[in-house]
Amino acid sequence: MTKNKSKQPLSDTIFLLRITVCTFFGMYILAMLIWGGGFLNPQQFLDMFNNNAALIIISCALSIVMVAGGIDISVGGIITLSSMSCVVLLDDGSSSVFMALLLSLGIGAAFGLVQGLLISYLEIQPFIITLAGMFFAKGMTTIVSATPRTAANPEFLALKGLRIKLPFLGSYGKAGNFIPSTIELGVVIALAVVAIVFLVLRWSRFGRNLYAIGGNSQSALMLGINVKRSRFFSYLLCGVLAGVAGFVYLLHTGSGDAANAAGAEMEAIAASIIGGTLLTGGVGNVIGTLFGALSLKTITSIVIASGLREPYWQKITTGAMLCLFILLQSIVLARRGKGQLALPQWLKIGAGKKE
Amino acid sequence: MPKTLRRPSVSLSHLIVPLLALLVIVIFNVIHDPSFFSVSLVVNNSGNTVLSGNLVSILNGASELAILAMGMTIVTAASGGQDISVGAGAAIAGSVFVKVIKSGNSSLGLILFAFLACCLAIMLFGAFNGALVAIFKIQPMIATLILFTAGRSIAYWVNGGATPTVSGDLLGYLGGFFPGMPVPTPVFIVIATGALFALALKFTNLRLYVQAVGINSTSSRLNGINTTWIKLLSFIILAACVAIAGVIRVCRLGLINHETILLDIEMDAILAVAIGGNALSGGKFSLAGSVIGAYVIQALTTTLYALKVPSNAVKSYKAIVIIALVAVGSPVIKKLLVKARDSFLLKRKAAGGAS
Repeated sequence: MTKNKSKQPLSDTIFLLRITVCTFFGMYILAMLIWGGGFLNPQQFLDMFNNNAALIIISCALSIVMVAGGIDISVGGIITLSSMSCVVLLDDGSSSVFMALLLSLGIGAAFGLVQGLLISYLEIQPFIITLAGMFFAKGMTTIVSATPRTAANPEFLALKGLRIKLPFLGSYGKAGNFIPSTIELGVVIALAVVAIVFLVLRWSRFGRNLYAIGGNSQSALMLGINVKRSRFFSYLLCGVLAGVAGFVYLLHTGSGDAANAAGAEMEAIAASIIGGTLLTGGVGNVIGTLFGALSLKTITSIVIASGLREPYWQKITTGAMLCLFILLQSIVLARRGKGQLALPQWLKIGAGKKE
Repeated sequence: MPKTLRRPSVSLSHLIVPLLALLVIVIFNVIHDPSFFSVSLVVNNSGNTVLSGNLVSILNGASELAILAMGMTIVTAASGGQDISVGAGAAIAGSVFVKVIKSGNSSLGLILFAFLACCLAIMLFGAFNGALVAIFKIQPMIATLILFTAGRSIAYWVNGGATPTVSGDLLGYLGGFFPGMPVPTPVFIVIATGALFALALKFTNLRLYVQAVGINSTSSRLNGINTTWIKLLSFIILAACVAIAGVIRVCRLGLINHETILLDIEMDAILAVAIGGNALSGGKFSLAGSVIGAYVIQALTTTLYALKVPSNAVKSYKAIVIIALVAVGSPVIKKLLVKARDSFLLKRKAAGGAS
């Protein structure tokens, strides 16, 4: 690890990112070798993006908040509420798709604003506030419409059906014809969000402030960083991105339902953690989060490919994978000298090289 | 500055907020519907004379929540985090309980054995959670995210995906009323559990050690407290509470549905702890506060139902009340209140000195 001392040692962020990226590619290549078939089809790879564009966006949103040492579990609820509200708006009035997008952004921003104010300026624990936010959003969804609805606005349906063809990727059909792979509009938005958030966290003053606050909010305060304001903006940004995710979710499914995006917040947290974001704050990377979300979904398709089609197997393996990654992070960080594991004496022999 | 103001007067007692909340709900109900709290004796289906009314249903309905809130308080105090897997854990406990009950006729001995079996099973899972937190130093919310994801699927696997029903007089008594006893049995179970906790806190070092570990883990370790064991123990105690709550719910319903049993209870339990004035970051705790918090939540739910709010929308209203509650109890508002009180006292003193 410390072979060439002249070079700067790897930061935790980069180190955890490397683990995640390697795991993802390792897993996917292994799946290609063992099961082949669907895994070799580029469309299946891209479908992973198509089906999970909203998840990728909220995972990024969560990473922003988690880097600053907070948590936001209302993102799933915001998706549910904004997608339902958009369907109602699109169907009931003659409003355009643009209005729907504005509405979902507005809902997200409103949640972010209120939650951010309460958390940063009233110093209430983020878990409680965003939990209440989730309850509020889910309850409001049933007030907006108690029954599931499907959008029928032609303008919107045209946008929903839009597929962007990738001429350089594709597979050959049975008749030998070339079928280009396609991605949905949501994927473009999701990747743009990843890029923007990456740039913001990495090179803007705001992003740097978030890392400082997450690392140690006291010393950040003493460095002259406006801790409260930065924290507030992290929640605001998270809310707005969750609103975007709501619109993207709607673009994919085309319907509003109170059961939409159930448990999405926990999946997003899991994706962030697998991607190397530490809940204590100060460590994390959006690129890692992207790969975390993809790893989470790859393991699901591997489980399905290996013949365990019952949904409960997917959940158990997701849990097991989460466990593995969490343990890995903990051990890695401990061996790099950040905190010690409280292992019992009989287990220390193997792991104990540092004294 | 007068010296008298130097006394540590920042403690607006932690029980004030939950008691005030309960009082507000009670007053609101009395004004809105004077007969809300009327309690009457009715004869139920099995021919017992039992108490009936909103008050009884609040006391009865909050039983599981109150028991879980007690365990959650200990975990929160010791580890500075929350266990979000209690709902999934209750599903596992209930499934094991039903599985053992189904193997024979539901006699007293078998029920006791089934209870012990499910206690043991869920304590193993609790120890797993605890080990992740205590030994691998993982934040509790993340560590328990694993069981939260996989728990209900494990419960599914225990009973092979079925939702078996159990019947038997004794089980009915445990979930409802003993013949000749007008008060529902779960209320007695809450009292018994509370008494056990009170005795344990009174006659052992549990309270001291848990608080010490929660306030400063490192310094308590240096003072000779086995912090790893205390954290592990707190999760095992919570697991026992989860087993009790799961069994009560199974007895109440007469069946186990692993997908819906005690769904979202973890959120309510954490809220109960927060409403009870306990810091979610660990340290000092008050079991009485958490139990009152549990009854506040249940009273709120019952009130909303009495106001004919649709059951899906209840979450929204609950969220608003919860936000208002924690905002009033937030450190910033508390400081303002204390400042206002001090300046009031100062003025009065000045006025008294002048006369």
